[in-house]
Amino acid sequence: MTSRGSETFFYWMMRGFTYFIVVVIAYIIIDIIWNGIGVIGPDFLFEYPRKSGAEGGIWPAIVGTFYLVIGTIAIALPLGMASAIYLSEYARQGRFTRMIRLAIITLAGVPSIVFGLFGLGLFVLFFQFGASIIAGSLTLACMILPTIIVASEEALQAVPQSLREGSLALGATKWETIYKNVLPYAVPGMLTGSILGIGRAAGETAPILLTVAAFYLPKLPSSVFDQVMALPYHLFVLATQHPDAEMVRPMQYGTALVLLILVLAVNLIAIMIRSHYRKKTKW
Amino acid sequence: MVDPEKDVNNQEMIVKVKNLDFYYESVQALFDISMDIPARQVTALIGPSGCGKSTFLRTLNRMNDIIHGTRVNGTVIVDGDDIYKSNMDVVALRKKIGMVFQKSNPFPKSIFDNVAYGPRIHGIKNKMKLTEIVERSLKRAAIWDEVKDRLDKNALDLSGGQQQRLCIARALAVDPEILLLDEPASALDPKSTAHIEDLILELKKDFTIIIVTHNMQQAGRISDLTAFFFEGVLIEFGITKQIFTNPVNKQTEDYITGRFG
Repeated sequence: MTSRGSETFFYWMMRGFTYFIVVVIAYIIIDIIWNGIGVIGPDFLFEYPRKSGAEGGIWPAIVGTFYLVIGTIAIALPLGMASAIYLSEYARQGRFTRMIRLAIITLAGVPSIVFGLFGLGLFVLFFQFGASIIAGSLTLACMILPTIIVASEEALQAVPQSLREGSLALGATKWETIYKNVLPYAVPGMLTGSILGIGRAAGETAPILLTVAAFYLPKLPSSVFDQVMALPYHLFVLATQHPDAEMVRPMQYGTALVLLILVLAVNLIAIMIRSHYRKKTKW
Repeated sequence: MVDPEKDVNNQEMIVKVKNLDFYYESVQALFDISMDIPARQVTALIGPSGCGKSTFLRTLNRMNDIIHGTRVNGTVIVDGDDIYKSNMDVVALRKKIGMVFQKSNPFPKSIFDNVAYGPRIHGIKNKMKLTEIVERSLKRAAIWDEVKDRLDKNALDLSGGQQQRLCIARALAVDPEILLLDEPASALDPKSTAHIEDLILELKKDFTIIIVTHNMQQAGRISDLTAFFFEGVLIEFGITKQIFTNPVNKQTEDYITGRFG
């Protein structure tokens, strides 16, 4: 093959693969919308499920997922940001911090079912929270902590060292420097990465399977120690555990569509924050 | 070595450095530096790249503290205080000693907020007082006329030379006694450089200025005293005119005449 020919070949091959990915994603999304849009309506969204989910709506699962996401944010965001600030700004870079970073990266690669088992062992059983919102949120928080820490650290590292030096040279303390001259420029990046992690948490099934999710619980929780239904688990139940899976197919698609919209909405928020601040920051 | 103390008529020595050694981890970067720097004069630190002049400058306001693994032996006395004593207030020291960096580093804030950053850190909240400090500092840094109509604009929109003068204004806003300038004009065009040099000559009436420079002519034009560093050692320190016309040391002469460096 001539060099010109191979150039054309690889160009079209790579272009083809890229298009292939787009087609697959488009197929999944269109399939879900096509089959799910029909059942979506006020009844489906705001009604309680009946007959093991064969009829009625998914309101408790929407609320449950919402609570879990809020709980996860409340736990994981402060913890993750604080660790990132410590690792990036305070910790002496050496063998110890290298070990911590290695641990964090390893944690990011742990399968989510392992987090589920860990949450079951620690939060549900050892701390005796039982299967509850608090146990589920803590478990999801553990799972997305690495994402938040890594993203936050990257955002902090992206703030030029010269801003720190300039502030310190004016007599600011280290914390004043971080608070007034580093965090304002790092927070958008920290949030963007964190929200993407949270979007992932909203869609996870395995961690909540053992720590919070109720198989069928047509009522809303009254405290953080209650069990809730959650969208991903409800979808899993409808698709695999329901005696008449074929009959509840529309309900599955409806639930999938709602979950998809929820996760895409979370990601959209992240993208909007990023583009809003990207216009404002420059150096 | 010329005794600068005598030659500038027994002036007040605001910085006294005695037997200063400096280490990055196990690498020694400064060797037994002793020099006394007079108040309200311009002292230039010259020498080839890596000779330790910037490192020395940064020992004077303890900016090297922020680099892990650095170590200092010997004493640096500023205004009668041994700045490396264990109970030294580094914040107070850095308020007393302003610093301007080689690469201008305006904060990505408005021009006003850049200059007000230091005063705010040190507890001034009154808007009128801040406005007054900002105006006075910008005037002193000879940039007021260029920016007075757009104080709320982002400092990063200024030109390179303006940014550097803004950084000088920012340093002046906390009322320092000493200004450390680390090659402040090295990234600027000749016109902006001339601007900065004029400014330095103006500022030395009120401030002690210690400037690191690569530019021999610049040291000759603006400094009263010149210190020549080579490989971490202070080779020669004295009246600038003397250093340039009649250096005592052969290495100094070679460097100044451009035979190496």
